[in-house]
Amino acid sequence: MAVRHEVRLSGSGGQGMLLAGIILAEAAILAGKNAVQSQSYGPEARGGASRSEVIISNGEIDYPKVTEPEVFMALTQEAYQKYRHDLGPNALLVVDESLNLGDDLPENVKVVRVPIIASAVETLKRPIVANIIALGVLVGASSIVERKYLEQAVLRRVPRGTEELNQKALELGFQLAAAAVGGNK
Amino acid sequence: MSPTVKLLQGNEACVEGALAAGLRFFAGYPITPSTEIAEALSERLPRVGGRFIQMEDEIASMAAVIGASLTGAKAMTATSGPGFSLKQENLGFAMLTEVPCVVVNVMRGGPSTGLPTSPAQADVMQARWGTHGDHPVIALYPASVPEVYEVTIKAFNLAEKFRTPVILLMDEVIGHMRERIELPDTPPVPVVERQRPTVPKEDYLPYDNSQDVPPLASFGDGYRFHVTGLIHDQKGYPTSAPAKVEALLTRLQNKIQSNLDEILMWETIGMEDAEVAVFAYGATARSAVRAVRIAREQGIKVGLLRPITIWPFPDKLISQYTSQLKALIVAEMNLGQLVDEVERATKGQVPIKRVLQANGELIAPDTILRAVLEVK
Repeated sequence: MAVRHEVRLSGSGGQGMLLAGIILAEAAILAGKNAVQSQSYGPEARGGASRSEVIISNGEIDYPKVTEPEVFMALTQEAYQKYRHDLGPNALLVVDESLNLGDDLPENVKVVRVPIIASAVETLKRPIVANIIALGVLVGASSIVERKYLEQAVLRRVPRGTEELNQKALELGFQLAAAAVGGNK
Repeated sequence: MSPTVKLLQGNEACVEGALAAGLRFFAGYPITPSTEIAEALSERLPRVGGRFIQMEDEIASMAAVIGASLTGAKAMTATSGPGFSLKQENLGFAMLTEVPCVVVNVMRGGPSTGLPTSPAQADVMQARWGTHGDHPVIALYPASVPEVYEVTIKAFNLAEKFRTPVILLMDEVIGHMRERIELPDTPPVPVVERQRPTVPKEDYLPYDNSQDVPPLASFGDGYRFHVTGLIHDQKGYPTSAPAKVEALLTRLQNKIQSNLDEILMWETIGMEDAEVAVFAYGATARSAVRAVRIAREQGIKVGLLRPITIWPFPDKLISQYTSQLKALIVAEMNLGQLVDEVERATKGQVPIKRVLQANGELIAPDTILRAVLEVK
């Protein structure tokens, strides 16, 4: 069977996790791979916990949902609690610094805990780009797709006139990842 | 990525397929999880000289689609469970008056308002018998984004060729998920246009019982004929004469039943030596494929039976394998609908194991795999 890379991105509704998942899947396709993106959300347009899932493979992707995320990102405590249940050993956990992770993580989980939301608010003065910063952190820490394809995918999917802001956000995300992962990369 | 390779939702692929098939009219009322179809067509149709109308409700949407098709336009509407219920009356009208159209139902959890954002497969019997009276029906159900594109074109082709509504079913998973798709410059299957009358205007019989599918004139062509939901004679006028009633209802059945080779589509995996088969469709088939692959790696002789046409029910898909099977697993996101059709098609020759789930979540591969291990 082809190797499956399973990624789950979660946060609150309106935080842009769906778009982040779409961009990640598109980056994988730009890189010549196969990808499936799906989502799960409640009837509400804002708030609640929202989940976007991406599966990347070199081969056919049958089951389109994540069963054991290799990379799990959570921007809110509610999303973390709701969607962490199937986190396996050796997974990469990317979370906002505001989260309390508890003391019952599976063994060997690699945690990248960085100020995603605070960076959007304080450094870029635009909370709306927290999802793009988060994508930069996720890809910077996981190398699940090549950075150049992620950049292309971001530019294809963000509204016209916001390209520069989003490029800055992505760069900031990669910097946060590099600082957190440090010499391990 | 070449310009034709895209990451699209099932709903978006449905739009691409409909436009490739020549769609020029859409009327609808947005409803989750089908809304992206209406949203995209509101932008795309005007650009190709077509019309998009958001109607006051689903009943009117279905009526508008029938009217548009009678003027010669390829027409479609899209909805989900609650809206599909409302469309049933006019769907029956389109079946009896033999007006080609495509009705998309992206299934969510029901009954009633149900679970708006969650998948289900609980409208499959409604697709067959939702509207009253003896009527033929064609219902197709793709299982991937690229297949949605191709099957949508086929839905239009079957509608136009057989002068009948075609129901295109998806579930929330297939409608909303995004997948890699290559969009060709020209449709991968030839596009069919409806047959139009060539006889002198005074000789035209819009409901000619001497042929399976009589040609259909468009309003404005000069062929005058009557369109009614009453049982009608060959000219379209109401009749209750038993012989004429029987002739019409029999032809409506026959035009579908005598063309099954053209209408029925399915996929099988690993059935050559299978002793156990999993019958699954739509998103559930994706889980089944995974379960079959894992079981195969463990040396279990298991295969997949996946109908793409679910109505008319593909009896032959089942019956051709009954002699080699010691068990048949049916997995569906409802409390038991197509499983009874499968059971009927086996004629009692194969024990059936039901994997039924109606909790708003896609059945997981492990759930199907456990059933395989139990019956192997």
